[in-house]
Amino acid sequence: MSWSRIEIRVRPEHADPAGVAARADLDLAGLSAGAVRVHRVYWLQGLTDAPGFAREVLIDPVLEAGAVDGPLPGSGVAVSVWKRPGVMDPIEASILRAARALGENPSRAVTGHTYWIEADAGADDIEAAVGRSLANEVIEEIGLGEVPVPRELPKGAPNVTMPLIDLSELDDNGLLSISRQYVLALDEKEMRTVRDHFAALGRAPRLGELETIAQTWSEHCKHKTLGGPIDYVEDGARQRIDNLLKETVFGVTHKLREGFQDDWCVSVFKDNAGIIRFDDKHDACFKVETHNHPSAIEPYGGAGTGTGGVIRDILGTGLGARPVANTDVFCFGDIAVRSSRLPKGVLHPLRVMKGVVAGVRDYGNRMGIPTVNGAVCFDHRYVGNPLVYCGTVGILPRGMSEKEARPGDAIVAAGGRTGRDGIHGATFSSEPLHDESDTVSGGAVQIGNAIEEKRVLDALLRARDRGLYRAVTDCGAGGFSSAVGEMGEEVGAEVWLERAPLKYDGLSPVEIWISEAQERMVFAVPPEHVDEMLAVFDAEDVEATVIGRFTGDGRLLVKHRDEVIVDLTMEFLHDGLPQTPRRATWTTATPAADPAPVADLRGALLATLRDGNVCSKEWIVRQYDHEVQAGSAIKPLVGPDGRGPGDAAVVTPVLGSRRGLVIANGINPRHGDLDPYRMAMLAIDEAIRNAVAVGADPDRIALLDNFSWGDCNNPETLGALVRACRGCHDAALLFGAPFISGKDSLNNEFRTADGSIRIPHTLLVSALGQVDDVTTCVTSDLKRAGNKLVLVGLTYNELGGGYLGEGGRCPEVRETAPATMRAVADAIRSGHVRACHDLSEGGLAVAATEMALAGGLGVRLQRTAMLLGESFGERTDLPLFSETPTRFLLETDGDVALDVPHAVIGEVVAEPVVDFGSFEVTLADAREAFFHWENLL
Amino acid sequence: MKPLSLVLRAAGTNCDRETVFALEQAGATAESRHVNELLAEPGLLDSYRILVIPGGFSYGDDIAAGRVLATELRARLLPGLRRFVADGGLVLGICNGFQVLVKTGLLPGSGEQELTLTDNSSHRYQDEWVEVEVPTDRCAWLSRGERYLFPIAHAEGRLVGSASVLDRLEEQGQISFRYAENPNGSERSVAGVCDETGRILGLMPHPERHLEPWHHPRWTREGLADEPDGLRFFRQMVAAVS
Repeated sequence: MSWSRIEIRVRPEHADPAGVAARADLDLAGLSAGAVRVHRVYWLQGLTDAPGFAREVLIDPVLEAGAVDGPLPGSGVAVSVWKRPGVMDPIEASILRAARALGENPSRAVTGHTYWIEADAGADDIEAAVGRSLANEVIEEIGLGEVPVPRELPKGAPNVTMPLIDLSELDDNGLLSISRQYVLALDEKEMRTVRDHFAALGRAPRLGELETIAQTWSEHCKHKTLGGPIDYVEDGARQRIDNLLKETVFGVTHKLREGFQDDWCVSVFKDNAGIIRFDDKHDACFKVETHNHPSAIEPYGGAGTGTGGVIRDILGTGLGARPVANTDVFCFGDIAVRSSRLPKGVLHPLRVMKGVVAGVRDYGNRMGIPTVNGAVCFDHRYVGNPLVYCGTVGILPRGMSEKEARPGDAIVAAGGRTGRDGIHGATFSSEPLHDESDTVSGGAVQIGNAIEEKRVLDALLRARDRGLYRAVTDCGAGGFSSAVGEMGEEVGAEVWLERAPLKYDGLSPVEIWISEAQERMVFAVPPEHVDEMLAVFDAEDVEATVIGRFTGDGRLLVKHRDEVIVDLTMEFLHDGLPQTPRRATWTTATPAADPAPVADLRGALLATLRDGNVCSKEWIVRQYDHEVQAGSAIKPLVGPDGRGPGDAAVVTPVLGSRRGLVIANGINPRHGDLDPYRMAMLAIDEAIRNAVAVGADPDRIALLDNFSWGDCNNPETLGALVRACRGCHDAALLFGAPFISGKDSLNNEFRTADGSIRIPHTLLVSALGQVDDVTTCVTSDLKRAGNKLVLVGLTYNELGGGYLGEGGRCPEVRETAPATMRAVADAIRSGHVRACHDLSEGGLAVAATEMALAGGLGVRLQRTAMLLGESFGERTDLPLFSETPTRFLLETDGDVALDVPHAVIGEVVAEPVVDFGSFEVTLADAREAFFHWENLL
Repeated sequence: MKPLSLVLRAAGTNCDRETVFALEQAGATAESRHVNELLAEPGLLDSYRILVIPGGFSYGDDIAAGRVLATELRARLLPGLRRFVADGGLVLGICNGFQVLVKTGLLPGSGEQELTLTDNSSHRYQDEWVEVEVPTDRCAWLSRGERYLFPIAHAEGRLVGSASVLDRLEEQGQISFRYAENPNGSERSVAGVCDETGRILGLMPHPERHLEPWHHPRWTREGLADEPDGLRFFRQMVAAVS
């Protein structure tokens, strides 16, 4: 069938916003261009009336002009970018749908862009700059001139001869070389276990079996470091840890639940997300995932599919939950770094940041899930390995938290088709990145299609409410192999791969089995409901297919027509993983001396407000829809002009009800360099503190842990992880706040020729709080001149990880912290707290300034009125910047009963100034520093 | 008798639940239906008094915002929609729904696309609360001088049209909403447009996101309102067909 080419541009008399954006991106890549205009190009195969189609569907008559099969020249140099064959292009399905409405039936649609660039540079240099900024060669092709005629997709019958990999004669070296050759990421002990298992069976393993074992045993899926034995030496004392997770985050939840009079945890650490009770009719669930390595290589696609993945976790929790809020936390390298100073193979951190934000934005906004909370941290060590945490909160009817596939149930796959995208994601994420990761692992990058997932969501909730299935889970890392393997763990399953709908021909059975193509869910459907199930999905334009059945024989049998691809016992697959004891050490460092005295405190405050970790993230927040679903009670940005940073977000997930969910987080990798144990306690304190600051009930806060660590084969790195897990245990116990789910991402290092760049030990703690009536909540913006400012909590000499220079003691969470949280929560409920803000980075100095900026009012306070927990000696500069946790600054308009240490330290004033007694800043200067991103980007 | 309302959804629609809720709070009976049902049986429309095309990203806003759904409605449902309005029905397009109505030619109403909604002048998606004012009485359920506080959440909300088209709309009172402060570069600060009959309205801001007093962005400063702006908007709309 013949191809038609339709090219479209904004008419010259109108501005071309895409051209303006492209020019800014080229500038970042070092090409200073004059005008840039962007042409959209569509190749369609099998159109009968291309001009009519262009007019009716593609060209905006008000703004645009187009050409069919003819030239549409611009000025300057033309560079084109188009998707590689087989890479998911969500636009294709929409174009085909519009075509069918017009009675056309094209077979393929391929899209691309031509950039017409006027610049004082050679064509090759211009093309190279486009390659650095506007294209990603992992998923796209680039060339001078026009977008060429699309190539044909892979064709032909798949290779159905399943290779046998004979391991029986191999020693450790031979086994490891097989592990590397097939990207299995299994170590020698694991490979020996596999070899011996098949030797006992008297046959060689099939490649499909090795792949399935590798996916199931991956660090990503099994958490074998945190769940395995550790030989731990702390300050010379040797300890044996059998299972770090069970002894810390799992264990503390178990202890807490035994003590709860009214156990409000419903399902913890066993499903795709943790589930807690919300109201009489609903449970709430929460999960945060990382998507670090894909985001390093393709920030937009990586972050987008990270968002899509955690949303699917919620869809696959219990019998399926409805997502009600998203939270996103990122860690990037220094965005001001010069390109020439970047390690080879690394994308510029600013490009990573822009891509990640756009990826999360486009996926979350399209799904119609409000993104209400987040954080961004910067450290130069994230340069080759940024962190992208995506979280989703869901709501499900009570009584739907349990699921079980039964023998005889059909295995139904629904959603997107399977392609070659995302092969080896689970094993890829379990290996460190290196400077050729983008070429070696290009297939590991998935491209998302949010609208496909939205259709799945719509269909899934309808099928759920009709009771059509017994179990559901998402296809995440490992694709069908993990989803079917997990769901069928107790019963056994038989899969017929030839039935799986494919994007194109030519996939081998193993590729179908392990592909991580996005937007797919797997269901266990009783035979009597299969027809209705398929009809419900069909009505929402979602492809759903029976691909097998759950058997009851405890085996995993995967076939492609008559060929056996996998024949394993579920027992070996799930319980056969050998335990490899790992070594961990920790040596307590001597605390650093206090930072050198700072004379210019005003300058120090302005510099802190300008720091990327502290400054306003409004540029990001405004790009997220935080109002969709009509549940927004406390917004991420607060105050009269809606620009002040809030502490936590509050949403009402049930329309018409005042009961709220509070979403907050705590993260500060700067403490990880000082003491990971304290970092963990501090992150938990911060997450709870943020939730309490808006009015959450401190007795109903559930936590998630998310560790992103370096290579844990290094005993010191693993030792730091042990310390952090123990900090999690102790703080959760102290606050009575259970962990309900968690995740770890290890091996976050970037290997260069000069050595490995290890990320800072990074722990994100996410909190899900509850509030009976959202109209009792408060925000951090100052409300009225004349109100008093009350500082709750003692201040200690704790400047470590802070902003007054190098040195200082690491802050510490004290036994009194829960009483302080309770006292503040009670004070807020009393009705006389008009504003509340927690003290975190930059201490009281930053907190007071943020409250003033948010409210557009001034502050006069006396540093000498602060209650100090210890003597600061002559150092009058330190208390204002101390980062002692569990402290709050309240604005009160009446007497507030507080039975914990607190002091009136000043008042709200009308003058636009923040006055600390010994120095002051004007709101104008503070605003310029705090909001400087709006000029940067 | 509560007027029956239809909230029409397609793949990518994502404001349908709260739009149904808004209509019900305002005194209507509301149902949400997939466009596939209507395409299969266009006569379904006849039983309703109100049709709302809600916000979201119909078909991903691929090609351009609202374009693919507009193509389907133009090709298959246009006569039914015209009859619906002629029989006294009201049509409301919110955000993506407004984009759809403009691209079908139902707004401002000539049958051809005379306006467009395209990339914001900021080149970014924007979520913020805006004040809009009603300059005319043309729309069947709005009165001149009314003011509303609603959030916008869009990347393609900049209204563009030729000077002659915009002049004509102003003369005929079809500019139904103007931004008090223009957030996206829309020509003449236009936030919403109605057709000549005043029975088809499209606007970029989201009235269905201001239904509860605590949705207001400054309720912790200014207190809880008796009737939130969005509820007033829908109450007046439902009253206009009751």
